[in-house]
Amino acid sequence: MRHGRWRFLAGALIPALVLHVVFVLSPYAQAFYLSLTDWTGVAGEAHFVGAGNYARLGGDSLFLDAVRNNAVMLIVVPLVTIGIGLFLASVMQLGGRGGRRGIAGSGAYQIVYFFPQLLSLVVIAVLWGFVYNPNNGLLNGALRAAGLDGLTRSWLASPSLALPAVMAVLVWSSVGFYVVLFSAAIDGIPRELFEAALLDGAGGWATFRRVTLPLVRESVQVAFVYLGIAALDAFAVVQVMTVGPGGPDGATEVIGLSLYRNAFQYGKFGYASAMGVALFFATLTLAVLALRSGRKERLEPA
Amino acid sequence: MTLVRERPAVSSPPAEFRGSRRSYAVFPVHLAMLAWAVVTALPLLWAVVSSFKTDDEILNHPWSLPASPQYGNWARAWTEASIGRYFLNSVLVVGGALLLTMLLGSLVAYALARYEFRGNRLIYYTFVAAMFFPVFLALVPLFFVVQQLGLLGTYQGLILVYAAYAVPFTVFFLHAFFRTLPGEVAEAAFIDGCSHGAVFFRVMLPMARPGLVAVGIFNFLGLWNQYLLPLVLNPDPDRYVLAQGLAALSVSQGYRSDWSGLFAGLTIAMLPVLIAYVAFQRHIRAGMTAGAVK
Repeated sequence: MRHGRWRFLAGALIPALVLHVVFVLSPYAQAFYLSLTDWTGVAGEAHFVGAGNYARLGGDSLFLDAVRNNAVMLIVVPLVTIGIGLFLASVMQLGGRGGRRGIAGSGAYQIVYFFPQLLSLVVIAVLWGFVYNPNNGLLNGALRAAGLDGLTRSWLASPSLALPAVMAVLVWSSVGFYVVLFSAAIDGIPRELFEAALLDGAGGWATFRRVTLPLVRESVQVAFVYLGIAALDAFAVVQVMTVGPGGPDGATEVIGLSLYRNAFQYGKFGYASAMGVALFFATLTLAVLALRSGRKERLEPA
Repeated sequence: MTLVRERPAVSSPPAEFRGSRRSYAVFPVHLAMLAWAVVTALPLLWAVVSSFKTDDEILNHPWSLPASPQYGNWARAWTEASIGRYFLNSVLVVGGALLLTMLLGSLVAYALARYEFRGNRLIYYTFVAAMFFPVFLALVPLFFVVQQLGLLGTYQGLILVYAAYAVPFTVFFLHAFFRTLPGEVAEAAFIDGCSHGAVFFRVMLPMARPGLVAVGIFNFLGLWNQYLLPLVLNPDPDRYVLAQGLAALSVSQGYRSDWSGLFAGLTIAMLPVLIAYVAFQRHIRAGMTAGAVK
């Protein structure tokens, strides 16, 4: 039995571990080292430059644009998505007769809302590239049909509109997922709490503020982490959808795009790795902050 | 994070509350819900409708219905624009990677969840830690690792890399799942003389089926929609996966202005996901949200 046990464990673990070390762990470890070199892809030609790449990042105006854009997305995309998601999930639930089982048809609505979450970001980006097309796109077509010709724009070609246009796509594609997530969380709240609120004469907003929100807090935190990570990425949408890519005057440049371009178009592998490390620390900070703020303010359900 | 609570059986409210209870205004709620449904569905429906229109109709009448449906757009997208080839490439790569991921992920999760040995926690955290690193960080070295192994632009290379990046979450998810399974059945099987491997494949794996389905759906969608990894590791246009091919097409078609063909390609790319969703929507939503909050 002993012999069989070790043989089974070895057979179960070693193939996955080999794969993990070769394709995941070793690249991550190498990235930190490469970020300290000037490597351009020629074997044996990597020179140690210390923090040189990081110093250069500070003077790279396109990279700074990318950091600024990612920072804006990091704030706007989660706030708007969670706002719409929570609103829809709670009215769906509160709007039902006596706040019991949710509004009629809420199941069907959830099915529709959720669908974009399943699509590849590339499909979404190509689709919205059409929607935003200035000549034959859906958006300008709708504005013209409504007689609002004055509002038609080249959405992706104008520096001030390109980033909001990209963020709108990210929000569009993720709201449904969070409606479903928050609905599940709201379903988990004991009915008696809503009934008590109703009996106390609380209106919709008060019920939401005092009952729903505190009790779905954990879900909201998880949503912030996931949406924040998505906002720090945004590579596929920007790369496929925006002109350049990276938008007019770097208006939609993101860190991932800078990294990809420096590595695989300019061959500046060391420099690109430094961007990867910067992105890693941004992600890590985000996750730690979100989880710590959660621990401090945890509320126990009554 | 235990956000997926056991859903309490919805108890009907006490009788005296019924009828007397105030209900919130339903009409504005319906209006808000309908508005978002339109915002969600309209661009999708528009793309599907446009895939049946002529280029001229697309350019000049973005809102109209097609005068006569142009099925030729779809055929052109499938063959001339190579969407068919990209589609089959995706099926091959994602199918292979999914099998490998589920096999390796469930083996590791089971071994770590049900066996005590030195280094167990270390291995577990080695896998779990990888979930917190952005793939962008690994991208440059990964390219050279795959290149040195001679796997750049091959199906095998993509399958191995896809699986390597999907296994950590699979382990994390299934580890929790295997821990909750009762041990008595496995013990009985051991007493009956089953080997460790047989206990896993014949007893424990079937018992873990709900967990396998959930994480399998999650992995399938993640892998099917993967873009960054093939973009870097799969430069040969003959082996493009669907997302990659569609992105390349949208750039090149834009210049050739075969709008109708591109709309058809876009619709073809959405269709299998839509069909799967209609068939399994409850499973899919449950699997995806469970995947996110675990």
